Amino acid sequence: MKLEEARVLDHREIGGGYRLLKLAAPAISPAVQPGQFVHVRVPHYETALLRRPFSVYKTEGSSLSILYKNVGRGTATLTHLQPGDSISLLGPLGHGFPEPAAEHVPVLVAGGYGMAALYLLARNATQKGVAFFGGRSAQDILCADEFTGLGWDLHTATEDGTSGYKGLVTEPLDAWLSAEGKDRTPEFFACGPNGMLQAVGERAIRGGWKAWLSMDRNMGCGVGACLTCVQKIRQEEGSWQWKRCCKEGPVFEAREIVWDEDVEAGNSKPASTPNAPVKM
Amino acid sequence: MSVDLGGIRMKNPVMTASGTFGYGPEYADLIDLNALGAIVVKGISLHPVKGNPPPRTVETASGLINAIGLQNPGVDGFIREYVPFLRRFDTPVIVNIWGRTIEEYEQVAERFDATDGIAGLEINVSCPNIKEGSCMFSSNIEMFRRVVAAVRRKTKRPMIPKLAPDHAHIADFAKAAEACGADAISLINTLPAMAIDAETRRPILGNKTGGLSGPAIKPVAVKQVWDAARAVRIPVVGIGGIYSATDALEFIIAGATAVAVGTANFTQPSTALEVVEGLRSYLARHNLASVRDLVGSLQT
Ligand SMILES: Cc1cc2nc3c(=O)[nH]c(=O)nc-3n(C[C@H](O)[C@H](O)[C@H](O)COP(=O)(O)OP(=O)(O)OC[C@H]3O[C@@H](n4cnc5c(N)ncnc54)[C@H](O)[C@@H]3O)c2cc1C
Ligand SMILES: Cc1cc2nc3c(=O)[nH]c(=O)nc-3n(C[C@H](O)[C@H](O)[C@H](O)COP(=O)(O)O)c2cc1C
Ligand code: FES
Repeated sequence: MKLEEARVLDHREIGGGYRLLKLAAPAISPAVQPGQFVHVRVPHYETALLRRPFSVYKTEGSSLSILYKNVGRGTATLTHLQPGDSISLLGPLGHGFPEPAAEHVPVLVAGGYGMAALYLLARNATQKGVAFFGGRSAQDILCADEFTGLGWDLHTATEDGTSGYKGLVTEPLDAWLSAEGKDRTPEFFACGPNGMLQAVGERAIRGGWKAWLSMDRNMGCGVGACLTCVQKIRQEEGSWQWKRCCKEGPVFEAREIVWDEDVEAGNSKPASTPNAPVKM
Repeated sequence: MSVDLGGIRMKNPVMTASGTFGYGPEYADLIDLNALGAIVVKGISLHPVKGNPPPRTVETASGLINAIGLQNPGVDGFIREYVPFLRRFDTPVIVNIWGRTIEEYEQVAERFDATDGIAGLEINVSCPNIKEGSCMFSSNIEMFRRVVAAVRRKTKRPMIPKLAPDHAHIADFAKAAEACGADAISLINTLPAMAIDAETRRPILGNKTGGLSGPAIKPVAVKQVWDAARAVRIPVVGIGGIYSATDALEFIIAGATAVAVGTANFTQPSTALEVVEGLRSYLARHNLASVRDLVGSLQT
């Protein structure tokens, strides 16, 4: 984990409202493992005290890229970055994806920036498998060529039918599972909206397979100190414990995750669980 | 740069604020813990505590509202998991303690009195995130006296009650702490606060309300430190929105012997060390031999 002043090398729009930000970060880039993230201090936004977490999309030697979407004030401010500007990064952070098990077929499932979060895993995997990407329309399917170029079998699903299957990504996934899942054991790697993660997790648990899910939780420090980013993780005998998404996560195995109503509703929305402090 | 904080010898006046620096290891890769004046760890209670449901923090303009709910591994968990690590550094470790009852405060204090490697205890009587217990200790001066006096009987270590921001009575609380045997006081803790999502008309935090920290509270904190420091002879630790040496100097000039960096650790983990460097160059620039010459040097 390093604190580094990175320099902007390139910054461009890639469609779907996403931007690709390429940074020279020689201290951080070589250490990044698939599924890890960097915590970014948004320049020229001094009234914002918290950094913003972004998955590392690509690393190339001393540079790294992130793919981000303008969804609020911090990301809106990032859009003004120009090549040559400097930006403070903290990273690499978190416990990412494990290496895919050689005896299984790796199955990637992603929505939104989840596609970026899975790229390094796809690139490093010795065995290429199947990828299922979902979005609202064709422009929400990011970096598809990158995955097919690596030799992955890509299936897409869009709500408006402009790319691949018209509907949810779980439908082509289910079709694939019933056709192929009998003879081959899938191992899932997923990043995207909570509903999608939960759906993938349920299928894995039902089939007796593993699913590695990357959780998106609001973050404070990013290093394990503030206890903002906690996720309920199952312990033995029906009990649970908080684990930190920035430290023990963001990737957890589906069986570990205790899905709460507030998680299902999306963590940037207020908790819909009763607001009483948790009993010990 | 060295200061004596009620018996705790610090190589410089800059410490970390409780709850913003974990238990030490979290930031050890990023900054040299030996370069800090002291490390104040997150609040410890007798038993492990799970804390509040998420969302636990929300950013506001120049501020951060938190309702972590004092999640911690309990005294035994802390001693087992973190004290051996902390002992490796040449930096005093101050443990922030809290309880739901006076007996719990006493028991935690007693456990730490018997533990090597603990330089002092900061008594959190002022966290807005728990409903019973500590809250009444901070708003009721009689209860506050009882807690401080009870802990005093159980520990020989330097004891630092941490005061809640209280406009009307801060000097009274400071005097009460001194009278009950405190070696120093620290202030301020977070200010009670709330943020609402207008679209859903719900509170943003899982706990509905929380405590505000960051630059937004600094002017309030400076005033409270100024009022408290004039009321007592024991040293004062100034806390609240410190992001730079200039911020720290405001507190020191207002009467603080030491300062603690809190929320800034999240924004820029190097802040505490930058404050140390900035203080050093200020002293050089003003031809001062020691930070002690600045404490309470406000010109009015
Ligand atoms: C591990 C991880 C990896 C991520 N990777 C990417 C990525 O590769 N690309 C990408 O576009 N986005 C990613 N996100 C989401 C990204 O962090 C948010 O979109 C961003 O923080 C929004 O900031 P803002 O100031 O624009 O939004 P605002 O809504 O103004 O932010 C207010 C606060 O809420 C937090 N917040 C808002 N939305 C999210 C969110 N979805 N997740 C976490 N915190 C949020 C912000 O960090 C900030 O503290 C990731 C999140 C996590 C936790
Ligand atoms: C996330 C978070 C957790 C905190 N936890 C504690 C705690 O456990 N005990 C305590 O006495 N103060 C706690 N505090 C209060 C800080 O120690 C400090 O008094 C306050 O944040 C004001 O300083 P700042 O503006 O520099 O952050 C916490 C603050 C934050 C932001
Ligand atoms: S973000 Fe602070 S503990 Fe994870």
